[in-house]
Formats: sequence, structure tokens, C-alpha cells
Amino acid sequence: MTAAAVEATQPEAAVATPSLARRTLSVFARNKLALLGAVLLVGLIAFCFLGPLIHHTDQVHTDLSQANLAPGSAGHPLGTTDLGYDMLGRLMYGGQTSLEVGLAAGLLATLFGTVYGAVAGYFGGWVDAAMMRITDAALAIPALFLLVVVAAIITPSKPVLILIIASVAWLSPARLIRGEALALRSRDYIHAMRLMGGGGSRAVFQHIVPNAIGTVIVNATFQIADAILYVAYLSFLGLSIPPPAADWGSMLSSGITYTQVGYWWLIFPPGIAIVLVVAAFNFIGDGLRDAFDVRLQKN
Amino acid sequence: MTRFLIKRVGQAVIVLFLVSIIVFVLLHLLPGGPARAILGPTATPDSIAHFNHQQGYDRSLPVQYVQYLGRLLTGDLGESYKLNQSVTSLIGERLPKTLVLTGLAIVLAAILAIPLGIIQAVRRGKAADYVLTGAAFLAYATPVFFLGLILILVFSQQLQIFPAEAPQADTIGGILSELPALVLPVVTMALGIIAAFSRYMRSAVLDNLSEEYVRTARAKGQSEARIMARHVLRNALIPLATLLGLYLPTLISGALVVESMFNYPGMGLLFWNSAQGSDFPVLLGVTLVVGVATVIGSLITDIAYAVLDPRIRSVS
Repeated sequence: MTAAAVEATQPEAAVATPSLARRTLSVFARNKLALLGAVLLVGLIAFCFLGPLIHHTDQVHTDLSQANLAPGSAGHPLGTTDLGYDMLGRLMYGGQTSLEVGLAAGLLATLFGTVYGAVAGYFGGWVDAAMMRITDAALAIPALFLLVVVAAIITPSKPVLILIIASVAWLSPARLIRGEALALRSRDYIHAMRLMGGGGSRAVFQHIVPNAIGTVIVNATFQIADAILYVAYLSFLGLSIPPPAADWGSMLSSGITYTQVGYWWLIFPPGIAIVLVVAAFNFIGDGLRDAFDVRLQKN
Repeated sequence: MTRFLIKRVGQAVIVLFLVSIIVFVLLHLLPGGPARAILGPTATPDSIAHFNHQQGYDRSLPVQYVQYLGRLLTGDLGESYKLNQSVTSLIGERLPKTLVLTGLAIVLAAILAIPLGIIQAVRRGKAADYVLTGAAFLAYATPVFFLGLILILVFSQQLQIFPAEAPQADTIGGILSELPALVLPVVTMALGIIAAFSRYMRSAVLDNLSEEYVRTARAKGQSEARIMARHVLRNALIPLATLLGLYLPTLISGALVVESMFNYPGMGLLFWNSAQGSDFPVLLGVTLVVGVATVIGSLITDIAYAVLDPRIRSVS
């Protein structure tokens, strides 16, 4: 098979990429909610990762003499926690964990789920049936329950937490991409590739996955939003990375003790941060979905 | 219809079987096996070997799985490490309480979500629609526990109307008699459902309003209220029941969070306490029950839908 023949079998992926990306981007940019989401996300990332360069705080050593100060106290614009950590600094520090774990777990889950779904959908038949019944069974157990069981078995560190969440979150992208693969496998260029002697792995990685890329990217955005929520839920239930590490979920969980005395500043900042970041990813995902749909219509 | 039933039930049985394998695998993922978890970190290799032999954990995995399945079929989920009680009886005590909490939340959600969805559909593109859509988006992005904490801060701490702890009574009757204490947990659970259901109702009512039978009814001079009640609502409500089936895993997860937050003595709190105390038989028992409930829930939903809508069963 010559290089030219290979080129000819995948014209969509090879030729259209630059203009396609630009068109997608321009549709995305016209969507106000999606732009708002993108701005929110950039802002939150800057706050968590660049903020500590301006606002220096100690997030490792407790200082009980400075515990539970109200917002506006000298040097603590958002007050302090029950252990004397500066709340604003902790919000940045905790946000780093939430964002890092959420992003990594969401991307890992999408990657694995995409390959799994593409393989199942491309091969079809009993391979597909067996692979999909496994995802059905795992999806039958609510994700939070699986997460809690696994987190109770292994005390998570950051990398372990990423793996745990990804090990549950890959199921829905797998199902979604499998549907795409089922539709793509009967396309002419796949037949052509098979006639030229192309094998299964070539079909999956060179043809199925690149052509389902819109679905993959949109789904990845929603997966990241879900992964950030999973981190928060696990931490809130006290099953995440142990202290002095923190993330937005565990900050809320330690604030619950003080609701009866009204220390609202322990609750609202991390809670609002979670809502903002999850909403941002959802807005971006919705915008991307519309943007990619336009591309499909024009083709 | 019979063919559809056989196929769908067969699928459910296979999935149930796989659910039991997943839980069995989790059991064997325990560090040092179940023996380590029960006997504690200071157990000697001898005592672990003895325990494994006694419990049958030294046999081959397939043999163990068959034994495990045999015990499951007789309703034996093992013994709690901590509570000196069988897992089956623990779940039997706690499950009805979770059903009461979830049931109340669903009823409240339906009472509010159906009219909200209709308002949105009728006032489409107007201020009310935008406000409610925005609220639904916000509710989607808000974790259940943050919502619960806000409600506790406002209604328990500031206004002091409702207590922050759920009823602690042993019986269902006792729980229902402490209505004020039930308000915050039920509302916390209901808000997420309201967001999802009202979004659904909005699009279902919009779809039905553009149907020809609505135009016919209008042409006959029926009032809008009558059209809504007799034609649109009837058709929009059937799929809402199936949405409930799809929503089951979310509901159960919500119960886990709400119960552990408000200290409500249901299955979710049992599960959470077991996670804190590494009580693995209870953890895995509850996981299995929840998985089975989801499979059966979606089976019932599918069958109900096929009974109500003949188009479904002819396609599959």
C-alpha cells in the first residue's frame, strides 16, 4: 500500500483539520454561555495556580491561635478555618487538588472509554455483546457506591484517587463511543481499508477514533465536570486524600461541624467554587457540542 | 410482547450475574484479603491462614464464587464485622427508612416539577422560562451536600425553623411523626430531582403542544386548560415514569449523601458508617443490593414502557 493510497482513504482527517478546527472555534466563540464558561475556567485556574504567588500562606502547619477568624481579619480576607489555615489560601490550595484530580481522571476515563467503546463497536458481534454487558453491570452499581467501596479499601493518594475515579468514570464514554463506532464501521472508507488488508487496530486508531473525535472531546468536558464532583463527594464523605491535603470537598466537610455556630465562611467559598467550575465545564461542553454539530451538518 | 419480555428479562439476569461477579472481585481486592480486614493489622500469618481456612477463603476462586453465589441465593450476605448482626437483617432494618425518605422526596419533586415544567413550556422564551432554566442549570452544578449545608445554615442556624438532624426514631411511624425534622433532608434530596424533572416536563409539554391532536382540540373550541389537562399532560406524564427508573442510581447516591449529612438512620448512613469503619461485608452487601435494585428498576421501567407504548416493543 503506497502512502498516496493511505492518504486517499482518510481524506476527512488529513485535509480538513485546520479549517475544521477554526470553524469549530468560531461557532464556539459566538456562544455566549460557552465563552462565559471558558472565561470562568481560565479565571479559576489562574486563581488556584497563580494566586498563591501573590497571597502567601502556610497550608501545612496548623495555628490554633488563629482558628475560626471571621472574614476581614488582618491578613485573612476570607477568615481562617478551624485549624487556623488562611481560608483564601486554602481555597487556592484545595482548588489545585480538585482541578488536577478532576482533569486527570476525566481525561484518563475518556481515553480508556474511547478505546474500549471503539473496539467493541468496531468488532461487533459477541465481542461487543460481552464488552457491553460488562459496562452494563458496572453501570448498574451507582458510581458513588463503587467509589466509596474502592476508597475504603485503599487510602487514596493523589495518583490513586485519579485512578479510582477514572476506573468508574470510563463507562459512559465507552458506551457513547461504541454507538459512534457501530455507525462508522459500515462506512465505505472502512470497507476500503479492510480490502487493502488493514487490521482491527488500524481501523480503531486511524479511522474510528479520529472520526468520532467531536463526540470524544464533548464527552471529555462533561467527564471532567463529573470527575470534579466525584472528588468533592468522596472528600465530603471523608474518603479522599487524608489531611493536611485539602480539596474543595474536604473543606466543606470540615465546615459542616460549624454550621450550628454560623461560620458561613467555611461553607460558601469552597461550595461556590465547586458550582462555578462544574458549571463552567458544562457550559463549555454544551458550546462544543453545538460547534461540532454545525461541522457535521456542513459535511 | 412475549419475545420482548423474554429477551429483556434474559438480559437483566446476565447483568445481575455480572454485578455479583463485580462485588465478588471487590471482596478479593481487599488488602491482605478479608482476613486482614477482620483480624486487624497485627494479625499473625498463622491466624490469617486459620481464618482463611475456616471461612473457605483458601479454596480456588471459582469454587469460592460458586459458594458465594449459593449463599446469596439463600439471602445470606454475611455477618457485619462491627455490629454483630447479619448483613441481611441490617439492610432489612434500614432499607424501608431509605425508601420513606426517597419516596417523600420523589412525591415532593413531582408536585413541584410538573407545574414548573408546564409554566416554562407555556411561557416559553419569556422571563419566567429564563429564570427557571437558569435555576435548573445552577441546581445541576450544585453538589447535594453544598445544597444541604446552605439549607442548614439558613433554616436551622439563622431562622431556627427546622432541626439540622433527621428523625432518629426506630420505626417508620416514629420517623413520620417528626415531620419538622424530615423537612431539610427531604427538600435537599428533592431539589436535584425537581431540576431534572422540570426540564423534562418543559420539553415534553412543548413536544405535545405541537401535535395535531392539540390543534384538533383547539379547533373544536376546547379551552387551553382543558387541552393541557386532558391531552398534553396525559401524554407527557407516561415517559416521566421511565425517567424515574433511569434516575434510580442518582436517587440512591443522593440518599447516601443526604443520610450521612443529616444522620438519617437509613441504608445510606449504614453504608457510610461501614466505609468509615472498614466493615466490608456490609459495604459489599449494600453495594450488591443497590446494584440489584437498579437492574430490576430499569427492567420494570422498560416493561412498563413497552406495555404503555406499543412502538417500543416492535422495534426491539
